[in-house]
Amino acid sequence: MKLLTHNMLTSHVKGVTKGYPLLIKQATEVKVNEVDFNPQFVTRMIPKLEWSALVHAAEELGQRQDLPDELVPEYENNEEFLKKVHRVLLEVEVIEGCLRCPESGREFPISRGIPNMLLNEDEV
Amino acid sequence: MKLKELESWLQQVDAFEEPKILLEQYPTSPHISACMLYTIQNTFNDIEGKLVADLGCGCGVLSIGAAMLAAGLCVGFDIDNDALDIFRRNAEEFEISNVDLVQCDLASLEAEAYAKKFDTVIMNPPFGTKHNQGLDMKFLWAAITMAKTAVYSLHKTTTREHIQKKANDWGVKMEVIAELRYDLPASYKFHKKKSVDIQVDFLRFSKA
Repeated sequence: MKLLTHNMLTSHVKGVTKGYPLLIKQATEVKVNEVDFNPQFVTRMIPKLEWSALVHAAEELGQRQDLPDELVPEYENNEEFLKKVHRVLLEVEVIEGCLRCPESGREFPISRGIPNMLLNEDEV
Repeated sequence: MKLKELESWLQQVDAFEEPKILLEQYPTSPHISACMLYTIQNTFNDIEGKLVADLGCGCGVLSIGAAMLAAGLCVGFDIDNDALDIFRRNAEEFEISNVDLVQCDLASLEAEAYAKKFDTVIMNPPFGTKHNQGLDMKFLWAAITMAKTAVYSLHKTTTREHIQKKANDWGVKMEVIAELRYDLPASYKFHKKKSVDIQVDFLRFSKA
C-alpha cells in the first residue's frame, strides 16, 4: 500500500461519521522502491491530498525525513520538494501492517502490500 | 509503445487459476485490453501521467497495461484475495512499480469518499448475470463518482439503451467508442459450447 492510496482510504463501518485518516499500526514490513519521477504528476496530486494525513502517515512509518508540516509555496517549481513528495507518495510501501479506523478502532489488515477493506455483514 | 507491442506484453499476464463463477471472473483478453488502453491513451490522453483506478481489476491486465503506458499510478480494486494475489505476482514479474492494490467490495463502496479523486477510471466490470443483477450499474455509479475526467468501461450491447438512460439521469455524457466481440472460451464446467461471443460496447463516460 502506497501512501498516495492510503491518503484516500476511509473506514465505512456502520455508524462511523469520520473514518479518516486511517492510522497505520504494526507496520512490520515497509519497503522503499524506485518509481520513475514525474514532476507534473506529483504537482497535480498535491492539491488532492490531505497534507497533514500524509505527513502523519510518513511519520508513523519513520519515513517522514524532512517533509514539512505545511506545503511550501510555489512547490510546482521546486524540484527538490517535489522529489521528497514523490518518494513519500509513491516509493514508500507498507507490505505488512494494519489500518485502524480512528473512530471505531476497527482494524483493516494489510498483507503482501494489499489493504483489506472488506467489512463484515454486521458492519455494513 | 506500439499497439502490437503492448498486446504481446499483455499476453504474458497470468490470468485466474480457478475462476469463481459467482464473481463472474473472466480475464479481459490481451487483444481487447491492448485496444482499449491504446485508444484511451492515444485518442484521449487519459492514461499517461494520470491517476487511474481499475474497478474489478481481477488479475490486473488492464492496470498493468495502464502502468506500461506510463500512468502516474494505477490503483486496482477487487473483492477477491486470490485474484489480487495473482495481480501482485504479475506486477512483480513485470517489475511494475506504478500500481497499487486494494481489496474491497465495490458494490457496497461509499464511492462519495473517493469522489473525483481519480483522473480516469478503467474497467471491465461483472455484467450482473450470476444472481447479481444490477451489479454492472453499481460499478458504473462508483466509477462515475470516483472519476474526475472520464470512465472507460465494457458493457453488454443489449444493455446500451438502459445505460444511456442512466447516464442521462446522472448528467454524464456517454459515447460508444467501439463495438467488440468478447470471446469467452469455455472456462466453467457447465459451459456446453467451446466458446461464446458476446457483443460488448466499449463506452466512454465524461462529465457533460
